[in-house]
Amino acid sequence: MSVPVITRTDSKVSAGQRKADERAVKARDRFHRGPGRWVVLAIIVGGALLMLVPFALMLLNAFKSPADYSTNGPLSWPTEFYTKGLTTYWTEVNYPQKLWNSTLIAGCVAVAAVLISLLNAYAIGVGRVKGRLWIVALFLLGNMIPQEALVYPLYFFAKEIGLYNTKLVVIIIFTVIQSAFGTYLLASVLGTFPKALLEAAALDGASRWQILWKVVFPIVRPTLSVLLIFFFIWTWNEFFIPLVMLIDNATQTIPVALASLQGDRLMDAPTTNAGALISLIPAVIFFLIFQRTLTRGVTAGAIK
Amino acid sequence: MADLAERETQFTTKQPAIPRRRGGYWWYLVPGAILFVAVILGPLVYNTYLSLTKWSGVGNPRFIGFNNYIRLMGDSVFWTSFKNSVAMIIAMVVIPTLIGLILASVLFDYLGKRFGASSISVLRAVFYLPQVLPVVVAGIVWGWILRPDGAFNAFLDAIGLQGFTRDWLGDPNTALPMVMVVMVWVQIGYPVVIFMSALGRVDPEIYEAAEIDGAGYWARFKAITLPQIRPETFVVALTCTIAALKVFGPIYALTRGGPENATNVPSYFAYYTFFKKLDVGYGAAIATVLTVIIVLVAVGIMRWQAHSERKELSGT
Repeated sequence: MSVPVITRTDSKVSAGQRKADERAVKARDRFHRGPGRWVVLAIIVGGALLMLVPFALMLLNAFKSPADYSTNGPLSWPTEFYTKGLTTYWTEVNYPQKLWNSTLIAGCVAVAAVLISLLNAYAIGVGRVKGRLWIVALFLLGNMIPQEALVYPLYFFAKEIGLYNTKLVVIIIFTVIQSAFGTYLLASVLGTFPKALLEAAALDGASRWQILWKVVFPIVRPTLSVLLIFFFIWTWNEFFIPLVMLIDNATQTIPVALASLQGDRLMDAPTTNAGALISLIPAVIFFLIFQRTLTRGVTAGAIK
Repeated sequence: MADLAERETQFTTKQPAIPRRRGGYWWYLVPGAILFVAVILGPLVYNTYLSLTKWSGVGNPRFIGFNNYIRLMGDSVFWTSFKNSVAMIIAMVVIPTLIGLILASVLFDYLGKRFGASSISVLRAVFYLPQVLPVVVAGIVWGWILRPDGAFNAFLDAIGLQGFTRDWLGDPNTALPMVMVVMVWVQIGYPVVIFMSALGRVDPEIYEAAEIDGAGYWARFKAITLPQIRPETFVVALTCTIAALKVFGPIYALTRGGPENATNVPSYFAYYTFFKKLDVGYGAAIATVLTVIIVLVAVGIMRWQAHSERKELSGT
């Protein structure tokens, strides 16, 4: 999925935007008036509404009875507020279990991957170990290669060592895949870490381990929390490897559960929509909570 | 470093007067390196070996040299899947980047000044929403919308276009364009968000000065917006092209590569060969070719970026 590039100047960016807004309020001059802007606004709002149409259709049909759907079709208003589709899906796939599986996997991956990224990046960015360019390139490669090129050996070895169809194997795999990206990104952030701070701490007799946790960690914590949020959401949305690795009800994640039920072609349209609705709700909640981080804090800036 | 070690011997008695333990930082790489080898490097190497064998997943792989690759060259499904990758690049890179460019600049430079930051950020969030949802779930909703009894046909019926209704994802002529439409919907928010934040870096006075000098929207777009977001354009092109070459979930949810391979892509082709046809060696060969192509494309885009930066430097 999309890759964020984390800026180290986001406070500056928003300050710049705020400045622009203030000016805009002040400068209600002739350049900023006229009907043209309303027309353009209408077009853009129209486009935004078009983006939301699939969600609207899903909502409309998630609360429809199958009989209502087959007589009145997908565009009609539901004749009754029908919630059995939702409860059927909820119990059929044991949704609370799927929610727990997804949360556990994504949560463990996010924490472990941030930790591994920080350790790697500390050695590369602060420690300046020999051959660091090659190491970074290797991690970048690890982030780039398609999961198809790893999946069969992973599947085979997971079976051999008895980790197939466990949450643990998915956690380990995504910890590595996410930390490959995290290392690449954090190494460049830590590469510009103020030398004076490190030297001062070393003079005070701090060991490297103490410097990492008492000096470096507090300063890069904002970046780490952005990475944490992204790792969580990316892992939550992952599909391919969980599809291959997790085959039964006790281990599957939310997207895999919906896809495998839909694959059986046993679901009528209202249940499909009800299932999709329930499956999207957690992601929409994350989006609403972290909207600022997702759309503004994580932006281009550290590119060069 | 040497300077630091010297000073340390002056001030601390604990540290003996030896140069700082240079190798010490390697320890921090150990956990990451072990995991990386176990999960990425090892499997990648083993997969490459498997691509030179014939294997069904049980028993021992039988070494057959480059036969899988020779077979690939004559496999029309393989060529179709890569042709469809080009369609995915158009739907996930070219169209979203162009629309994103216009949307971002209109939202930022044209509407932002008139309607305020909060309404603009609501619009931006709406465009970005599909990016944070599990793409498979969105794919399933779209799959239902485009079904014969789905919402799209019902809509065509309602506006009097009964003649156009069809099984949009089941018809080889319309399946790929429909998948492309869905991918544009999924992808559009990413360039919008990246480009808008790039524009946020520009000093607003530049835009104002240009405006006062009489530069219209298009003039500002060409003279300020485009050069400003050039680095971000490369990032978007790179990450989205890789994503387009890897795309799997939406294909799985929408069409499973069908009908008649009309929407098959390399990743789904590899998955199907591994796990449905149990032709592991051949699947490994498909995955290896895909890996090589992705790495080459990525290196190509990065070099292109470096080249264009150099040209920009020497030009100014």
